[in-house]
Amino acid sequence: MTTAMSLFFVFTADEEDTVIDSDGRQERAKEKERKKERDRKRRRNVARRASSARKEGKELEDRPGREERRGRKKRDKEGKGKGGEDERQEEVKNDTVAKTQKNFSNENTRKLEQKEIEVVGEEDGDTEEKRKNGRPEKGGKKEDNGRGETVEKKQKKKRVETSAEHESSEEEEDEEEKVGEEKPEVLSPEELEKLKEEVDERKKLISTLRGKPWPMRKKLLTLRESHEFVEKYEGALGKGKSRKLYAYKVMMLKKWMKFQRDFENFKTACVPWEMKIKEIESHFGSSVASYFIFLRWMYGINMILFGLTFGLVMVPEALMGRPYGSMPRKTVPRADEANAMDFAVLWDFGGYAQYSVLFYGYYNSQRAIGWLKFRMPLSYFLVGVGTVAYSYMVVIRTMARNANEDGGGDNNSFNFSWKMFTSWDYLIGNPETADNKFASITTSFKEAILEEQESRKDDNIHLTRFLRVLANFLVLCCLAGSGYLIYFVVRRSQKFALEGLESHSWWERNEVNMVMSLLGMFCPMLFDVISALENYHPRIALQWQLGRIFALFLGNLYTFIIALMDEINLKREEEEVLKLNMTIWEASLYNGTMGANSTAPPITVHPADIPRGPCWETMVGQEFVRLIVSDTMTTYITLLIGDFLRAVLVRFLNYCWCWDLEAGFPSYSEFDVSGNVLGLIFNQGMIWMGAFYAPCLPALNVLRLHVSMYLQCWAVMCCNVPQERVFKASGSNNFYMAMLLVILFLSTLPAIYTIVTIPPSFDCGPFSGKSRMFDVIQETLESDFPAWFGKVFSYASNPGLVLPFLLLMVLAIYYLQSTSKSYKQANLELKKKLQTQNEENKKKTKMAALKAAMDLEEAQKARSEAPRQQRKNNASQQSYTGEKNTVTGHLVSSFVFVYPPAPRGHRIPGPLPGNQWQPAPSVQRVPNSQRHRV
Amino acid sequence: MGTTASQLGKDLLSEYQELTFLTKQEILLAHKRYSELLSKEDRNLTSVPMEKVLSLPELKSNPFRKRICHVFSTSDMKDGSLTFEDFLDLLSAFSDSATLEIKSHYAFRIFDFDDDGTLDGGDLEKLVNCLTGKTEDTRLTPEEMRQLISNILEESDIDKDGTVNLSEFQHVISRSPDFVRAKSLFCRTA
Repeated sequence: MTTAMSLFFVFTADEEDTVIDSDGRQERAKEKERKKERDRKRRRNVARRASSARKEGKELEDRPGREERRGRKKRDKEGKGKGGEDERQEEVKNDTVAKTQKNFSNENTRKLEQKEIEVVGEEDGDTEEKRKNGRPEKGGKKEDNGRGETVEKKQKKKRVETSAEHESSEEEEDEEEKVGEEKPEVLSPEELEKLKEEVDERKKLISTLRGKPWPMRKKLLTLRESHEFVEKYEGALGKGKSRKLYAYKVMMLKKWMKFQRDFENFKTACVPWEMKIKEIESHFGSSVASYFIFLRWMYGINMILFGLTFGLVMVPEALMGRPYGSMPRKTVPRADEANAMDFAVLWDFGGYAQYSVLFYGYYNSQRAIGWLKFRMPLSYFLVGVGTVAYSYMVVIRTMARNANEDGGGDNNSFNFSWKMFTSWDYLIGNPETADNKFASITTSFKEAILEEQESRKDDNIHLTRFLRVLANFLVLCCLAGSGYLIYFVVRRSQKFALEGLESHSWWERNEVNMVMSLLGMFCPMLFDVISALENYHPRIALQWQLGRIFALFLGNLYTFIIALMDEINLKREEEEVLKLNMTIWEASLYNGTMGANSTAPPITVHPADIPRGPCWETMVGQEFVRLIVSDTMTTYITLLIGDFLRAVLVRFLNYCWCWDLEAGFPSYSEFDVSGNVLGLIFNQGMIWMGAFYAPCLPALNVLRLHVSMYLQCWAVMCCNVPQERVFKASGSNNFYMAMLLVILFLSTLPAIYTIVTIPPSFDCGPFSGKSRMFDVIQETLESDFPAWFGKVFSYASNPGLVLPFLLLMVLAIYYLQSTSKSYKQANLELKKKLQTQNEENKKKTKMAALKAAMDLEEAQKARSEAPRQQRKNNASQQSYTGEKNTVTGHLVSSFVFVYPPAPRGHRIPGPLPGNQWQPAPSVQRVPNSQRHRV
Repeated sequence: MGTTASQLGKDLLSEYQELTFLTKQEILLAHKRYSELLSKEDRNLTSVPMEKVLSLPELKSNPFRKRICHVFSTSDMKDGSLTFEDFLDLLSAFSDSATLEIKSHYAFRIFDFDDDGTLDGGDLEKLVNCLTGKTEDTRLTPEEMRQLISNILEESDIDKDGTVNLSEFQHVISRSPDFVRAKSLFCRTA
């Protein structure tokens, strides 16, 4: 604070004004009764002067001065409040008191003057100066300044300020008396307008202040000053009743702003794991942190999906639907009852888990359930659709925002500069990471230089090409092989399933998932080895690698789905057979009871005994849930073995090993950002695919993400080392998002296909009994909406209307795309224009400089000749004009050289005796003036 | 937390919030960290000397740490010591939500090693040396350095006066895809 205050004193050249303010106020408090009349007059004056001063546009120069003044005053007040801040403060107060006494006498004269001012009007600047000149300190300064015009204006302005302050302070004091009688005549509309503008300007300043690269002290002062200004004048803006309204509005606005700020604070406080991520960021740089941010984002999405399915599907069915055991689809069949509670079965999501709200089959097709008349099937369908729609919306919106942030920067016109200016990751706080970063920056510089050199000559292109083709061929082989393996395994598992699972070992039962997980683990390593052949730039290599892993996962997933489709068809055949058997079974049952007694009591068979269909939907859901679980398990186990165990071994075996384990071969593992992100993306794809048939999937995924957040944070911090190639994350951010979008699309495809084309099972799920799942919409339209609505809907879904609409959308997309293209083109054009203009400017300045130099030479020549002639003529005159002409001659000559080609003789009244030293200043002057004229 | 809040004062806190890109929690946290830096022997000092600021784990391995202190310091002695307000300025400029404009402004000043308002060859060379670290094997050879600097000037020096000025710098920076996100600094708290 001490330094701050001392700085103030350096700055505040116009303390006097402040003093006048404060003691003026005191004075006023004493002479309240005299004041009113004078006030009214002065206020009129003030407004006029304020507007005129504003017209002159002096605010900018004036502001700093005012700032300091206000700032100081405020600090004064604070100082009084806090007490004992420092000695400087005391000094200020003493100062003020002293000046108060001094100026007390001035006060009377000033009052007189104010009346004068009213009469004289515009002359007030002078009177003020007279007053000021009366004071000893100020008088000296003023004379130094030579009574320049600017000073005068400033003074005027300050006067305006001071009196304006009085005005407002009085307004506060006796508002009640004056309202209604004085205000309306005080400010004319245009003055009001100007005041308003000023206030708005201040408000804008306040809101943009944080974006100004000023030191905090300056910002603080400006803020306080502007706040005070706004507070003061905002009140004066309205009249009469509207004034109160205005004040109220302003107050509400302030409250609202404060609320918004608090809300922002609250929001940031609510973001989970912020500190954890920051900590990782500081150790490993932004790329690793970007994975965790992505994970958190995923978690958020899954939370919402979970909320949808849990709140609108699972809970209503569990609470309001018919209870467990009331009907066949909600009961474990008799054959499975014995071991339905075994852990092995539950872990496989069979038994009781299968016949619960977790899966599709449990839901009843009753149209409305409970006292709420909740439309269960409709809700089920809409939640399924909404899940997908919401995911699309979020992903696309995020992508658009990312793209905006990228700003469509042109790819590598500033390649080197970006490397130079933006390559340091300011988040790195770990020396080891910093060392890695240094190394990577150096290599990137070297690479860039080499690339620049090699961009002209590229030798041995054939070998590289051959190697790249070979690498791609190998990768394709890998992909095909893995695809076949999965297909084979799935078919085998179907065979096993037909034979009955009990007769097979654990491996045979879990073969599919295990094979998929293992492939996902080892194939990327293989790709990594293969990509060494290609000799790509690391960044490009990374993208290839990501693309390949993506293809692998996708291929595996689709093989899995195709196999699943086969299974669905099998189940449906089974179902057909069962339907036939069912009628026979019913008939036999009926006949049996008929035979026993003819009164025919209602047939009561326990739901567990009723034969039922295979319910392919539940089967699909189960498959996906199992896949997710096994995937999660593999991830965790690889984390524990690959990272933790390895780190422990390396750490502790290092004491008794023949080579350095930490630096040598096994070393610690790095955090594999791309692999982890891909894993996350695929996991999410499976969730989207399976969520329709297993409403529990989002819940499971939330659990998984939650656990992996903590587990991976811990693993990263305790057993990973920073990457050797620390690359920035944000560049590839949209790359990941694009992948997510592709996955979303590809995973909704099969789900939608099954929903639309395959008829639902006849005895399980919310859509049983309908020929297609989406018939539920039709049903709702018919029974729950008025007839005309159904009609409108049927018209709207008419192909004749839908097709033109689609066409329109396509056209709109085409239009938007072409406009964006043209914008890009225009951007490029503008850039080119800018460049050419720059070049032209450069040329022009060069030309101008050349021309000026030539002119200068000419002028010098002319000048050296001219005096020679003149000297002959005026040799006698020189003796008596000597001293004077040196000065004027120099002055004039500098004028002359503004127009070098003009003949000198016309302008120079006398001879130029100071010729010997004149060329020096004019040499500097000529090019300058030339440049201005160009 | 409560003690820091009372130390800072409610008005001041809200003013700081209005003037920086930091949230309330962050300001309080910053105050905590700052007073921890002060706490040892010099409670009554108004500014923290540069050595102490440099010992912050966030800045410890930053090659520009001294420049950062000098740029944000408002002390008269030019010793790079930071008052709390300077410290807040620093954190605000480095926070996630700061605008590109302010970031590029301060980045320029950090890179401008001789404080003359332009980035000339000398500045760029120092900058490269900062970025490539201290060890010998990561340094560039003079030939590479010359090539690099001439490349950079070729790209960014639009008016071809041999130096990069602020507006040229901002122009280049604003095109960069990873500048905005790259600078945030508010890491460990424990």
